[in-house]
Amino acid sequence: MIIATNVSKQFGKLKVLDNLSVTCNQGECIALIGPNGSGKTTFIKAILGMVICNSGFITFNGKNIKNNWQYREQIGYMPQIGRYPDNMSIGQLLTMMKDIRSGNENGTDEELFYAFGLDKILDKRMRTLSGGTRQKVSAVLAFLFNPQVIILDEPTAGLDPVAAEILKAKIIKEKENGKLILITSHILSELDDLVTQIIYIQDGKLCFQQSVDALQKTTGQIRLSKVIATIMTQNLLVP
Amino acid sequence: MKYVIIDILRNKIVLAYTIFLLLLSFMLFGLEDNTTKGLLGLLNILLIIVPMICIVFSTIYIYNSAEFIELLVSQPLTRSRIWLSLFAGMAFSLSLAFLIGAGIPLLIFVPDITGITMLFTGLLLSIIFIAIALLASVKTRDKAKGIGVAILLWLYFSLLFDGIVLFLLFQFADYPMEKPMILISTLNPIDLGRILILLKMDIAALLGYTGAVFQQFFGTLWGQATSFIILLLWTLIPLWISVRRFNHKDL
Amino acid sequence: MRAILLYILLLLMAKMVDARNITVHQQSAIRTIRQALALAKDGDTIRVTAGVYREKGLVIKKSIVLTGINYPVIDGEYRYEVIAVRADAVTIEGMKVINSGISSMDDFAGIKIYNSSHVIIRNNVLSNTFFGIYSQLGNNCVIENNQLTSFSKNEQQSGNGIHCWKSDSMQITNNRISGHRDGIYFEFVTHSIISRNIAEKNLRYGLHFMFSSNDSYLNNQFRNNGAGVAVMFSHHVTMLNNLFTQSWGDAAYGILLKEISDSRIESNQFVENTVAIFLEGANRIKVQKNRFQSNGWAMKIQASCMDITVIGNNFLSNTFDVGTNGSLVLNTFSQNYWDKYEGYDLDKNNRGDIPYRPVSMYAVIVERNPTAMILFRSFMTSLFDKTEKLIPSLTPENLKDASPLMKPLKL
Repeated sequence: MIIATNVSKQFGKLKVLDNLSVTCNQGECIALIGPNGSGKTTFIKAILGMVICNSGFITFNGKNIKNNWQYREQIGYMPQIGRYPDNMSIGQLLTMMKDIRSGNENGTDEELFYAFGLDKILDKRMRTLSGGTRQKVSAVLAFLFNPQVIILDEPTAGLDPVAAEILKAKIIKEKENGKLILITSHILSELDDLVTQIIYIQDGKLCFQQSVDALQKTTGQIRLSKVIATIMTQNLLVP
Repeated sequence: MKYVIIDILRNKIVLAYTIFLLLLSFMLFGLEDNTTKGLLGLLNILLIIVPMICIVFSTIYIYNSAEFIELLVSQPLTRSRIWLSLFAGMAFSLSLAFLIGAGIPLLIFVPDITGITMLFTGLLLSIIFIAIALLASVKTRDKAKGIGVAILLWLYFSLLFDGIVLFLLFQFADYPMEKPMILISTLNPIDLGRILILLKMDIAALLGYTGAVFQQFFGTLWGQATSFIILLLWTLIPLWISVRRFNHKDL
Repeated sequence: MRAILLYILLLLMAKMVDARNITVHQQSAIRTIRQALALAKDGDTIRVTAGVYREKGLVIKKSIVLTGINYPVIDGEYRYEVIAVRADAVTIEGMKVINSGISSMDDFAGIKIYNSSHVIIRNNVLSNTFFGIYSQLGNNCVIENNQLTSFSKNEQQSGNGIHCWKSDSMQITNNRISGHRDGIYFEFVTHSIISRNIAEKNLRYGLHFMFSSNDSYLNNQFRNNGAGVAVMFSHHVTMLNNLFTQSWGDAAYGILLKEISDSRIESNQFVENTVAIFLEGANRIKVQKNRFQSNGWAMKIQASCMDITVIGNNFLSNTFDVGTNGSLVLNTFSQNYWDKYEGYDLDKNNRGDIPYRPVSMYAVIVERNPTAMILFRSFMTSLFDKTEKLIPSLTPENLKDASPLMKPLKL
């Protein structure tokens, strides 16, 4: 579904992505992990076309995403920090997004919207919202248009445990609906029941891309945090 | 796009700007018994305050909406459309603010050709400085630096440029400078706008010496049309460059 | 003396009793004015009925009255001086004089007075004449209620509307002059009054005064003339209640005063002129109770002037109030109203407590480098002016109004 081939990106002298090649298929829930500054967010932004690669290319459903924007109809994105025009109310924001994606043919999915109780605070201005509520809004927007691909950048950061659970349940549900889900997170423990694959990036290079099952077998560990720790310490880099 | 307009119109700063302009204009026209003095005061506002507010406000607004712009970019929209919507939204809101704040008093107190020229020039200057703000903010990532650049640009157009021109005038005092001056004045939208108003307001003095040359150029329909086209270019070129930059910008 | 006067009077009365009427009609025996003139005697009246008369240059050598009925047209066919007056006490009225000759050698005129006195020229219409009404060595003549129109394109090919040369005690009243070189031209004319005339759209000056002293001009309107009004090399000239407006251009002045002395400029209105009053080599001039409004410069006083007194005038909405080219100032400004004055009046005597300096810094800069005008009213120039007000450096120290008025005078 999403194929990145030899993607490189430089910010000045700093190489953020270095010859990165990955393939992401439908029905998977992939965790993008790696230390801070390893290039996870940049990679996501590259997929979204927010960052333009210096070399290499990314295809979405077989089409190069360069100079293309229609493919984004099939992507729902939840940013790390969601900030919205201060003077807009939640309702207006939603109407606006619906306006923007009026070409959407997948129908809308307002499950999270009601689950988070946003329907009760439709008239609140974005300026007055707490960070957590804004994250909720971002999450709602990511799922709202029933896209084929959902990209979540640190989704649970700032969410209260209840909301985090709701979101997790939603992610699992959508995975089972055959969607491709890309998640970045620092907190490996919360990815445990979610992910089917792991992409590990370090210094902009791909260390490995493996299914969780295979990893669990090679390392003999069950918990994801342990799995990664084992790989790191034993240097079991699987090509 | 209408959402940008809604957002900006609700912005307290724009509201304050409108009220500030309105109060100031009425004060200027109300206090002075002759409208010329009021007009002069308003001219100063138009040439100094309006560009400053427009460029600083727009720059800050762009930086503050950085994340929102990111969100929009992740949506199925072309980047040009996002950028142009931002421009249109700001241009519309700030023009509206100017129209209400300065336009109404102008039309009440000086409903003649001078007033109308001032109104048009003010509108064009607002839009031009929004375009320049877009260019400044697309080129610099850092917010503080971007605002600094915007203020410097404003300072350059409203003060430094004229200083340089005056210096040049005295350096080349022995040469006929009238025609080169026409060319030079097109390099600064504030100057060009000011000359257009000057031709209506101080026509008598302008005709004094070199006025003939200026009048021959700016006074004719052709010259005025050219000036307005140049002012439009001052909007379009920065806007166009900023769109191109934005299209290739990493967010 | 008295006896002689009485005698003259009696003689005059006798003549009047004796006076005849001669009517010129194109269908009658007397078909031309020339015929009538030949028949007439001093004191006769020649009545000319409507029609077109091509007289190839009329010369009036008798003291007659020439009256037009319904404006008969006398056509100079672009070749002749239409009417020449060579006798005293001639009256010409109600005629329409057109198409005088045009020459760079001779001063062809519509009506020309040669060396005569007590000539009255009134209620005539002159159209497309080279010079309009010309007085050469005339005295005690009256020129009133005439309408003079010409359609000149350039100064070389045009003459003046009312032209007086070496004349005395003339009265030029209520004429309308347009499209000539100078509207009214005076050279070596003394003791004359020019009043209630309207001179507009003349190529050069509305009124041109040279070497003419002890004259007054009152209640005239000078509008949109190429270079306004020029008064040169004269003394004891009185200018009252005139309107000077729209003298626009490179060298256009409401009034240009050059080498003038002992004169008064009072209660005039100067509106929308490039320079309302330009003074060069002027001495002892009193400028009082005038209104200067919306001019480029209200006054330009060259350093060659002395003892100019400017008292009790209103300066309103002028781009620059006063301009000068020197730093030595021997002139007095006092008790004027300046709308640009920003001082205060603590003792409430309606006089500002701090002096007003009518020469702005930018006026000085523009004087030195005219092209700098293009920067006028920019942020920078207002900064200049503000600093200059606090710390005067470029503007002449002595040029100030020590007691400016707080409110405009009612003029």
